[in-house]
Amino acid sequence: MGDFTKFGDFQFDVLREIGNIGAGHAATALSKLIQKEIDMKVPQVKIISFDEVADCVGGAETVVVTVFLRVEGDCPGNMFFILDLDSAKHLLEQITGIDKDVYEWEELEISALHEIGNILTGSYLSSLADFTKLNLQPSVPALAVDMAGAILSYGLIALGQAGDFALTIDTAFFEGNDQVKGNFFLIPDPESLPILFRSLGVPFDGDY
Amino acid sequence: MEIIKIGMADLGVAKPPSKLRTTGLGSCVGVVLYDHIHKIAGMAHVMLPESSLAKSGELTIGKYADTAIPHLIQLMVKAGAETRHTVAKLAGGAQMFAFLGNNDTMRIGPRNVEACKLALKDAHIKIVAEDTGGNCGRTIELDATTGILQIRTVNQGVKEV
Repeated sequence: MGDFTKFGDFQFDVLREIGNIGAGHAATALSKLIQKEIDMKVPQVKIISFDEVADCVGGAETVVVTVFLRVEGDCPGNMFFILDLDSAKHLLEQITGIDKDVYEWEELEISALHEIGNILTGSYLSSLADFTKLNLQPSVPALAVDMAGAILSYGLIALGQAGDFALTIDTAFFEGNDQVKGNFFLIPDPESLPILFRSLGVPFDGDY
Repeated sequence: MEIIKIGMADLGVAKPPSKLRTTGLGSCVGVVLYDHIHKIAGMAHVMLPESSLAKSGELTIGKYADTAIPHLIQLMVKAGAETRHTVAKLAGGAQMFAFLGNNDTMRIGPRNVEACKLALKDAHIKIVAEDTGGNCGRTIELDATTGILQIRTVNQGVKEV
């Protein structure tokens, strides 16, 4: 892979917009769930080494709650919805009324977080599918609570076969008083980018 | 004392009093080698089983079990280690998302472990300890002074092998 040099500002803008639309819809869904306002940061589109991916969420050893799904169809890739432990706790409280310490989570709490992640990632993807007119099919989402590095590296395996860098579209979101903050991560497979650009009528002469 | 950080698809060698450390191993495997006579330690953070999986021309040696392990052994020997005194320990190779276990990419953890064992067998290096599989992330640290490998997980605390 690796020829990112053909990426211009315009291509980066388009990818940022994709993050904006997808995460925007997901944030709206989240806002409805907790009936509070959710703000988003401007999406960061980065071409980074594998080690730096986990740095985006506080480092490889930070414990996070993550819903992961594989995107199949026209434009394959990996999608992550990531919360730190405190945020996951607050989110559970606000949506389900469950108020338990993170070390006491059992099946019910985990299942609730799983479902929340499922709704939000689904919302991200379906808005993207509408916007690009591409066929995007999510796998059954999986949940893990563990070190960010261990979890995110899972999404880098396919990329690892093609090169040493990942292109990530990272959108951070936060609730007004900062009780809930997290990230949506989209890591497209290398071959997906030309398809994505083509679907939006964006010129792209590189073979990514 | 210096802690040398080994990133993903990276490898390195250390002498006392340094330590080698790699963080957040998921399906990746941390391979550590230690020559207790010459007190030389090595560590590799392997991501994929075989270099034949590489799609592009350029090969990152530290990424694949079948290239990282022979290269690490070379580096150890260059630093003064002898393979007949060298033993190996393995950690990692988890399946972070348990029920996605259908296709091959998803089974990458166990495949990484198998490939590492094969490469060590080819090099006639004995595996003396192993903490692999399961579905948890691991951070490992190898002390070049003692050869003790410390393994930290989120739920099971710290153990030493």
